Amino acid sequence: MSAVGTAARPIEAGGAAGFVRRQWPWLAALAFALMLPWFSYDWSTGRHSGFIVSMLSQIGISIVFALSYNMLMGQAGLLSFGHAVFLGLGGYVTAHVLNATKAGSFPLPLELTPIAGALGGLVFALVLGYFATQQRATAFAMITLGIGELVTSAAIMFQTFFGGEGGVSTNRMTGHSLFGLGYGAPIQVYYLIVAWAALSVVGMLLLTRTPLGRMANACRDNHERAQFVGYDPRMVRFFQFALSGLFAGIAGALYTLTYEIVTYDTVAGPMSANALLMTYIGGVGVFAGPVVGAVLIVLLQSWVSLLSNSWLVYAGVLFILMVTFAPMGLTGLVLVHQPIWRGGRMRRLIGPYLQLLVPVLLVVLGFVLAVELCSFLTIGAAQGKSFTLSKITIDPRSARPWLIAGALMVGGGLWLRFAMRRFGTAWSAVSEEVKRAELRA
Amino acid sequence: MEVVLVSLLNGLVYGMLLFMLASGLTLIFSMMGVLNFAHASMYMLGAYFAYSVSRVIGFWAALVVAPILCGVLGAVIEMYALRRVHRNGHIAELLFTVGLAFIIEKGVQMAWGLLPVPYRVPPVLDRALFHIYGSNFHAYRGFMLLISILMFVAIWLLLTRTRIGLVIQAALTHPEMVGALGHNVPRVFTIVFAGGSVLAGLAGVIGGNYLVTEPSMAATMGPIVFVVVVFGGLGSLTGCFLASLIMGLVQTYAVVLDVSFADLLARFGLKVTSATPLAEVLTMPLPRVGALLPYLMLILVLLIKPRGLMGTRDT
Repeated sequence: MSAVGTAARPIEAGGAAGFVRRQWPWLAALAFALMLPWFSYDWSTGRHSGFIVSMLSQIGISIVFALSYNMLMGQAGLLSFGHAVFLGLGGYVTAHVLNATKAGSFPLPLELTPIAGALGGLVFALVLGYFATQQRATAFAMITLGIGELVTSAAIMFQTFFGGEGGVSTNRMTGHSLFGLGYGAPIQVYYLIVAWAALSVVGMLLLTRTPLGRMANACRDNHERAQFVGYDPRMVRFFQFALSGLFAGIAGALYTLTYEIVTYDTVAGPMSANALLMTYIGGVGVFAGPVVGAVLIVLLQSWVSLLSNSWLVYAGVLFILMVTFAPMGLTGLVLVHQPIWRGGRMRRLIGPYLQLLVPVLLVVLGFVLAVELCSFLTIGAAQGKSFTLSKITIDPRSARPWLIAGALMVGGGLWLRFAMRRFGTAWSAVSEEVKRAELRA
Repeated sequence: MEVVLVSLLNGLVYGMLLFMLASGLTLIFSMMGVLNFAHASMYMLGAYFAYSVSRVIGFWAALVVAPILCGVLGAVIEMYALRRVHRNGHIAELLFTVGLAFIIEKGVQMAWGLLPVPYRVPPVLDRALFHIYGSNFHAYRGFMLLISILMFVAIWLLLTRTRIGLVIQAALTHPEMVGALGHNVPRVFTIVFAGGSVLAGLAGVIGGNYLVTEPSMAATMGPIVFVVVVFGGLGSLTGCFLASLIMGLVQTYAVVLDVSFADLLARFGLKVTSATPLAEVLTMPLPRVGALLPYLMLILVLLIKPRGLMGTRDT
């Protein structure tokens, strides 16, 4: 994992205009996030689409969670299998604080409850991180796996703090608010999430520019040399881990505010795997990578899961393909084009890309057909569903659809191989040209 | 006494099953530096293959066919995927196996359904072997013990008495040096990966009907096998063997010993009531905490002895 993107640029002075010019993608994303619910606003009933608002809220939570995960994975080179622990524990703490507020013993305004979640995440990350960060690399990954399983089992077992299998329910309408809002409507919670997500993104972005952030990168790339500089890599890991727990705790608090219940699912393995999936698919080398991954995975989760039983298969295959062919993630794939873009030769790649598109579509189509046939044969049959494609019912027990799927995959695969080779030649020709042009300049 | 002896036998059966899984994993981990998350998936596939095969040609044929299928699959995975991912570094390799485990689980769900399949013990072995203090010792458990001991002896002979075994042993501790001496290390990797998959598949065949054959069996077994491998230490089969037995015994005894911290404190004259701080933790009976013990052991061993029980290298 080489350092790309997070390299600190000297912070230029330049006033507001300069700030807008440098940070326009973030500002645009923020403005977009603020506007999005209104695209689905139903003017006749005066209501927002519940589905869209809940999906957007989930995206906001996931962005914070994935970015906090990348503080470990991308920025410090620490592979954690138990990051959900801090999301979940932050969530549990928030639920208890909300219940205390409701009971009148702790009048904290609802807007500030994520602070409780953050503190919860921080405290648990300090305690558990003290053990986990004694080690690095695979041993660290194993300890976090152990911690994850330990906390999950504990959450199922103990009633007082975790509420056992039923979890802890709460009610976000505590009646305490800085702005006198009730927070009954999901849209109000959504804007609260946007505000806290924006704060967290800024916080984590600034953290990458502190000495701690830089040392985390150094320890990731070569921890022995970092030691020679005079820093203790263990302390660097410890602080990075603790702060990452803090931000995961914020995500957990936002989760609690959205769903008003925290169960052991929030600390369990699948949730940790989700963070890994989002971060890796988005790209670990770029600060914004996990944001892209979070948006993509939640979209997949909400939309594809409506259409198909097997969306997790697609997510898994996507993950494997990324690990095998694009270890720098989607943002890494985009960044590879940077020199060609700067050399003004992007246009030469449009043709080769279009030629790739057809075989890729064929293979994807064949694969999706095969997976769907398979799942309709077993899981779908158990649920009594039938496979219908725009009014045509496909019988997964007949041979024809299977043959079509197989032919699409094999034919498309062979074509793709051929197209890939041609694309490779075109790509190296263009990058060669760009390099030569740069040398001449 | 009765409980102690019966549990000892059960613990041995479970520990040997764990060893069958862990031995392959520890070889793969030590040689390739990859913690193979898909190893327990091979165990699951072994059970499912055995279920399907045994419905057609019977259990005894499945005992041979299913592990071979797993081995072939393992070899294909190593040659066509893992070797390619290897270039992207260790983390990418590890994540590849994570993704693979995930897809295998979903694939099994799609191929065999979400519910457990009725994979049963063959009728010949479905009886009591002998009675001990009034409780039966099931013949199938004896059969499992026999298979795992045979496998243990086979591995031991293979590793110490054959040429390829010596190369594998050398590659455990000095992989670069073995390559420098002109051995085809990638082929050794493939053999070890396939061999590990065969063992995992075999464990699935004999464990699948003893436990339950369901899509989540890999996820329940996987972490425990990791704990065994890390606990035993990298590069040491003996450590792995000891760790398997310890883990098997600990988990079995944890189920039958109905004690809690409160009982222990009571011996020293301290009484735990519901008003005592952490009363819930202190009064939790051991059988309920049983599932936690492997992870506690893992964390403890990594903190006290990061190389594991008998490890020769850092993880």
